[in-house]
Amino acid sequence: MSQVIKAPQSNYTGQVVVDPLTRIEGHLRVEAEVENGKIKEARCVGTLFRGLEIILKGRDPFDAPHFTQRTCGVCTYTHSLASTRALEDAINKPIPANATFIRNLVLAMLFLHDHLVHFYALHALDFVDVVNALKGDPVKAAQIAASISNRKVTPDDYRQVQAKLKAFVDSGQLGPFTNAYFLGNHPAYTLSPELNLIGTADYLAALRIQVKAARAMAVFGAKNPHTQFTVGGGVTNYGALTPERIKEFTDLYRETRAFIEDYYIPDLLAIASQYKVCATYGGTRNFMAFGEFPDPGGERDLQKRWLKPGVILDRKIGKVRDMDPEKIAEGVRHSWYEGDKALHPYEGETVPYFTSMGDKDKYSWLKAPRYDGIAVETGPLAQVLVAYSQGHKAIKPLVDKVLGALQIGPEALFSTLGRTAARGIEALAIAQQIETWIKQYENNIITDKQIVENYEAPKSARGVGFVNAPRGGLSHWLVTDQDARIANFQLVVPTTWNLSPRDGKNVPSAGEEALVGTPVADPARPVEILRVIHSFDPCIACAVHVIDGHSNQVHKFKVL
Amino acid sequence: MRIAVGLGKQSGEERLERQGVSRRDFMKFCTAVAVTMGMGPAFADEVAAALTGYRPNVVYLHTAECTGCSEALMRMYKPYIDTLILDTISLDYQETIMAAAGHAAEQALEQAVNSPQGFICMVEGAIPTAMDGKYGYVGGKTMYDICKHILPKSKLNLAIGTCASYGGIQAARPNPTKSVGIGEAYADMGVKVINIPGCPPNPINMVGTLVAYLKGMDIELDELGRPLMFFGQTVHDRCERRKHFDAGEFAPSFNSEEARKGWCLYDLGCKGPQTYNNCPVVLFNQTNWPVGAGSPCIGCSEPGFWDDMTPFYKN
Repeated sequence: MSQVIKAPQSNYTGQVVVDPLTRIEGHLRVEAEVENGKIKEARCVGTLFRGLEIILKGRDPFDAPHFTQRTCGVCTYTHSLASTRALEDAINKPIPANATFIRNLVLAMLFLHDHLVHFYALHALDFVDVVNALKGDPVKAAQIAASISNRKVTPDDYRQVQAKLKAFVDSGQLGPFTNAYFLGNHPAYTLSPELNLIGTADYLAALRIQVKAARAMAVFGAKNPHTQFTVGGGVTNYGALTPERIKEFTDLYRETRAFIEDYYIPDLLAIASQYKVCATYGGTRNFMAFGEFPDPGGERDLQKRWLKPGVILDRKIGKVRDMDPEKIAEGVRHSWYEGDKALHPYEGETVPYFTSMGDKDKYSWLKAPRYDGIAVETGPLAQVLVAYSQGHKAIKPLVDKVLGALQIGPEALFSTLGRTAARGIEALAIAQQIETWIKQYENNIITDKQIVENYEAPKSARGVGFVNAPRGGLSHWLVTDQDARIANFQLVVPTTWNLSPRDGKNVPSAGEEALVGTPVADPARPVEILRVIHSFDPCIACAVHVIDGHSNQVHKFKVL
Repeated sequence: MRIAVGLGKQSGEERLERQGVSRRDFMKFCTAVAVTMGMGPAFADEVAAALTGYRPNVVYLHTAECTGCSEALMRMYKPYIDTLILDTISLDYQETIMAAAGHAAEQALEQAVNSPQGFICMVEGAIPTAMDGKYGYVGGKTMYDICKHILPKSKLNLAIGTCASYGGIQAARPNPTKSVGIGEAYADMGVKVINIPGCPPNPINMVGTLVAYLKGMDIELDELGRPLMFFGQTVHDRCERRKHFDAGEFAPSFNSEEARKGWCLYDLGCKGPQTYNNCPVVLFNQTNWPVGAGSPCIGCSEPGFWDDMTPFYKN
């Protein structure tokens, strides 16, 4: 198992375009120039513009969380929370400890839900051949499953999955598997039939468990997607103080955690051990994390978060720099906006300027955020690398365990496989921590029943809200006017960091860099591009946004 | 003075009668659909009986949207989403979950919309119409053109969510992309649409409408194109806090004894009286809903709610 398998590779030279790039949130196009079977350069193109920040201008800042949450229904809650934190930063007063406890629990469940859904529903079909699962031996599959986890499965369970799958395939209507890249023996799909069977069974099982993980969020958060319980000053759900609701949440959480421990992580390791080739491509060099899960009583203190913020440059594990918000700037030189300056989010200004789809100069609705002028990756890999470097007591042992199980060194983390593994590590670490947070919360509410403060929107103020979302570092930047209305609002979003176009210095984004050197075994079915891009878990609706500056400038929409 | 605004004072039944729907018809329909929606025991059998063995082709298009409606659909239970997509329908195109990508995905879409058995179309998202539709592309074609090609051929068009129904958030002032709902975008082509608004809609309302159609039932719509069985009454009418409204018991702020006691949220901006939806009785995720979590209704199933219902915390 320890030898590196050479990636299957064609000798194709030419352009490969994947549009729509499916199994993500939103509308993404990838254009890759392939030379002799390897990607030489790539462009990531966000193909939809909605203009939410223009719409926010002049509105009540207390409404912003409702609007921004609709940036994305997959990353639901994260934008609502970031906007609320930005407002509370502008108000500059504390919120009750219980509010932070409850927000943390809901956000933590989002991580479990999101990472589970990503691995099975969005990413697994890049590795698992569903049809080949019909050839798997159910007895062997059950033996493998028992050897990698504590789950209770029998050969009959797998026979049932095969029977259902066979009826489905025999119907000739393949539904969501129609034209899948794995149909017809794709050379880059290399799992054994038994692992394909396990993967397919768990793909289906995950579709059900995710309903419960989301329900846990709704217990405190009203509904999922698009929770409705967080308000500037705290939370509104007094029901969260009752033993009945806490038990309901706890039971759903424990069921989700058990699935993560018994299915997600063992499946991830089993599949990764057969795809070590994915540790040879898809890497980047620079990483940024905002940290998450604030200490109750200190919602806005980044340094008191359970996971800490930090920046790692040039793959130097162990050397974490402080994250300085002043070093964030967004450029638009290669985006469909006028201008070429990189501006700090508080100063952001943008005028849409569409050229054409397929243009290589201006080519995306995403802007290009950079940290200190450097293209950085954000997301689970960045957060895990920062925490690993800091010797985080939950993350470090899990990283060492995963590296040991896969018999790979830390350098292998800088890859598609490393990114996907880091997501599992982050999910598991949070899953194991939630139990402690529930106990602390139950203990706190014995004497403290307050969940919200009554605050007014501040006049002529500024505030920023940082969230480390499941997809990475998210920040909302709010400026209010003399009437306490929104004068300027900007979202700097994980996928904008990860999949932006080139910047003013022509430097590609993390995602574009990650694609370079990636092999393509079959240019008509470029599954390797899907693997690299999916490993970032992109969210394009989040990533495309535009901000009206301070200038009161009337937007001109160019008709071309 | 606090008033129940608009049609909110009228009961759902009165409103239906005004539109020529008798109580008996309404109850019959509701009961039948409730069973098919999994509120009764026989969901799978009923659906199976209604189908001939060939699973109806369904294409689900994403336009200007946030994928929240797709996520909501994935939260369906009874049937769970895997049953829906493996046993009930043939979900031939759905970008969030489909295995294929790029050209292979586009081919899957073409195959489905040319199926001899016809197809059903679900659309999540608004249609950007400014700049000839160039604010939104999929596969090198504008969203406007893709839907123009597909919607007129479909047996049934379901607008999933408030964006597809009425334009939604991107259509909020000043509507930079001139986004509109699919009904409005293709009205001149005679495209018929059933609207399932909500941000997101309850999955029961989406799947319930689909199943009612598959079972050949007549689906009565209100003047905004919404199925009456789901959108026939206001949130206010069926709110668990209605008794506090009637008794004049209102929470003045979130951090108050009245809020703690679960009194009416009208003074904190609740838009339940103007909003037609079944949230208080159907719930989300089988467990809760905004007012249940102490948060005022924002009116998310009404056209233009981002402008007409804001500020959300004021009435």
